[in-house]
Amino acid sequence: MASSPIFSSLTVSRPFFAAPSSNLFSAEALLKRSLPNVVPASRLAVRPTPELVSSGISQVDVIAGGFPRGCLTEVCGPNSSGRTSLLLAALLAATRRAEVCALVDVSDAFDPASAASAGVDFQKLLWVRCGEKQTSSPRRHREPEKNLDCIEQALRVTDLLLQSGGFGLVAIDLADEPFNIARRIPLASWFRFQRAVEHTSTVLLVITPAPCAQSCAALLLKMQAESLEKKPPAFSSQFSGCDIPAHAELLQGFETRTEVLRSRTARKPGRSVSETFTTKAAAG
Amino acid sequence: MSFACIFVPEFSVQALLRAEPNLRMQALAVLEGKTPLQKVFAMNEYARAAGVECGMSKLEAETCSDLMLRERSLEQESAAHAALLDCAQSFTPRVEDTAPDTVILDLAGMKSLFGPLHKIARDLMRRASEIGLETSVAVADNPDTATLVARGFSGVTVVPDGKVEEQLGSLSVEVLFAGKNDEESVQLLETFQRWGIRYLRELAALPDIALSERLGEHGLFLQKLAQGKTARTLAPVDPPLNFEEVIEVEHPLVLLEPLAFLLNGILEQLCARLSAHALATQELRLELDLVSGWRSEDEPDSNRSTSLRAGLRGRPSPHNHFSRTIRLPNPMLDSKTFLKLLQLDLKAHPPGAPISKIRLIAEPARPRPAQNGLFSPPSPEPEKLELTLARIAAIIGEDKVGSLQILDTHRPEAFRVQRFGIHDPAKSSTNGNSHGKRSSDDLVTALRIFRPPLVVTVMIREGRPVHIHSKKRTEIGGEILWTAGPWRSSGDWWEQDGWSRDEWDIALQQESAIAFFRLVHDLLSGRWLLEGSYD
Repeated sequence: MASSPIFSSLTVSRPFFAAPSSNLFSAEALLKRSLPNVVPASRLAVRPTPELVSSGISQVDVIAGGFPRGCLTEVCGPNSSGRTSLLLAALLAATRRAEVCALVDVSDAFDPASAASAGVDFQKLLWVRCGEKQTSSPRRHREPEKNLDCIEQALRVTDLLLQSGGFGLVAIDLADEPFNIARRIPLASWFRFQRAVEHTSTVLLVITPAPCAQSCAALLLKMQAESLEKKPPAFSSQFSGCDIPAHAELLQGFETRTEVLRSRTARKPGRSVSETFTTKAAAG
Repeated sequence: MSFACIFVPEFSVQALLRAEPNLRMQALAVLEGKTPLQKVFAMNEYARAAGVECGMSKLEAETCSDLMLRERSLEQESAAHAALLDCAQSFTPRVEDTAPDTVILDLAGMKSLFGPLHKIARDLMRRASEIGLETSVAVADNPDTATLVARGFSGVTVVPDGKVEEQLGSLSVEVLFAGKNDEESVQLLETFQRWGIRYLRELAALPDIALSERLGEHGLFLQKLAQGKTARTLAPVDPPLNFEEVIEVEHPLVLLEPLAFLLNGILEQLCARLSAHALATQELRLELDLVSGWRSEDEPDSNRSTSLRAGLRGRPSPHNHFSRTIRLPNPMLDSKTFLKLLQLDLKAHPPGAPISKIRLIAEPARPRPAQNGLFSPPSPEPEKLELTLARIAAIIGEDKVGSLQILDTHRPEAFRVQRFGIHDPAKSSTNGNSHGKRSSDDLVTALRIFRPPLVVTVMIREGRPVHIHSKKRTEIGGEILWTAGPWRSSGDWWEQDGWSRDEWDIALQQESAIAFFRLVHDLLSGRWLLEGSYD
């Protein structure tokens, strides 16, 4: 049962706050009294809270409650902010739940070694690599028109995947696309995706450099790297006064701050809620 | 004991009509022989009514108006016969392959399963009609009587007990020699005609001794047939399961739409035959015979987009044969899904020449038992998923969609994209990595790969990279804030394509924040490459 009902968009101008149910009936009663001969085109109804599933990162689950099923979740941030680590964690969590996942890799940037280290079950992951065949020039350094081709492919592929149905998680990785290209995706496309996953159990996760889906995203997370985690050299004291040799340094990971910018699945807090987590470099 | 006989009248005509059902209501005659000595071999009732006779030459037959002429196709007859056997074997395994146009079933024990004999006979006729054959079905207490009645009466006939001779009596003596062209049979028929024996009742009434003196044992046997007193055991056959349909087209096919129309008909018949055996298929093989020596100027421009010759414009096909195989991850039995998969495949790989013959073979497989658990998570339907994957492959390429398989080597980018399929949850395993179950707090720092790697210029100071510059991507460059490395890895030095590289992790200041990259020095080529960014 819904613990915090959210009113349908027909009547409520403040979708983030739950209203008492008595207001629902009084509004309907008022309409009936003032316009007795008018038959309403639709009935006022409460939209149930979507089911939330784990994002794979406990800190993110604490602030956001998890990723909502049947909704679009957008994760944005600059490079090296932990977006892809969050994506891998979400894929791991979904494949652990024995759900079939699909990754629409717009820039063909997915690293199988990282995913294997994370423990993602590849038998349950459908990888779609957008872009034309290998050319002499790197894919992401082409003219903007070629980037648009990749995005157009990604939109068509996403349409097909959502229409097919049955996927537990469909992720669209636009992280490496320039923001001026990614924001050209029409709002109608995002709206179409949102309507396609509505009333299904699919989590639609979009990774972007900056917010693109606007109001279509039920959950919007912003990620930012906090600090670099590096292993202090074990014998730094022996090198006092000297530069630490580069091979003695080791990138352990980095600390990431995640902030909830928008959430339709819970009451909006008075101030931004954020949490930090640390990634760890894969061994071997 | 009861036996049912399924007889296909005008078998050669019916075999052709399976591929062209639109000709069923038209006068159709089948020709046999080499040009210009072709003669009419068989015809349907409309052609007979128009005055066509067996043995007519092609020129004579062409004088009849509204008459369609087709060459006899042994392959289509073979496919029709196989379909007829499938139909019979869907009721009982005890089926005798009496003739190409006749099969006999042993109905022992079937009443309790399928109902009374009339119902069984009607079901047989209906099932045969579903595979494109209009048949006559007869049920009698011995196989030979059932055969004669099926050949003599159209529709469904059940011979009541004790009324065998009466039922057979009204049949013409010619029914005893149907399908036989040997000299002895021709002579016997002529003898009966000279004696004035027109019907089986007249043959049955002849004195047996006198008949034996004049016609011998064969004559006596024919009399017993006419009386319905023969008794023989059925010789059931167990033909190999061969699900194959063939169509030879009159005019070579150039466009995809008519080919799809024919494929739809073939697929429906194949699926019906597979369903009759409670089987599905996991592999479809399409084999096309092509016309060689064509010219592209013959084709109107409006057909270019859906032309089957789009793949090799302006050049004659070097091969006369074209084949495609569609392998399915799970056994399926949906003709519409198969048709869509074939259409998508032919659009991606057009044959390159007009098509003169179509052969479609389905490899039988046990159907997939699908029973979803009450609490198991939903997964895509295999048929829908297969279509979706085919459509995605048509957009981005076949090798760009699938599931990953990590190869057993330390070479960078050692993976393979393989066909994606839904596996049995009980049999599914992890991707084989040795890290075991990872807790949610052990997050892996993910790497985003640049494909292909970005070539950069690096300034080295005291053995460390201190400055980096990229021509193609100017926003990645500048002073390196932090480095870690190098870590050397190499391998396959005994092969032609060995590799050796030094890897560095570096930090660069970008517009909004510090970003981390993996820098690689290829020791064999000497190039510096930016392989990816940590995210």
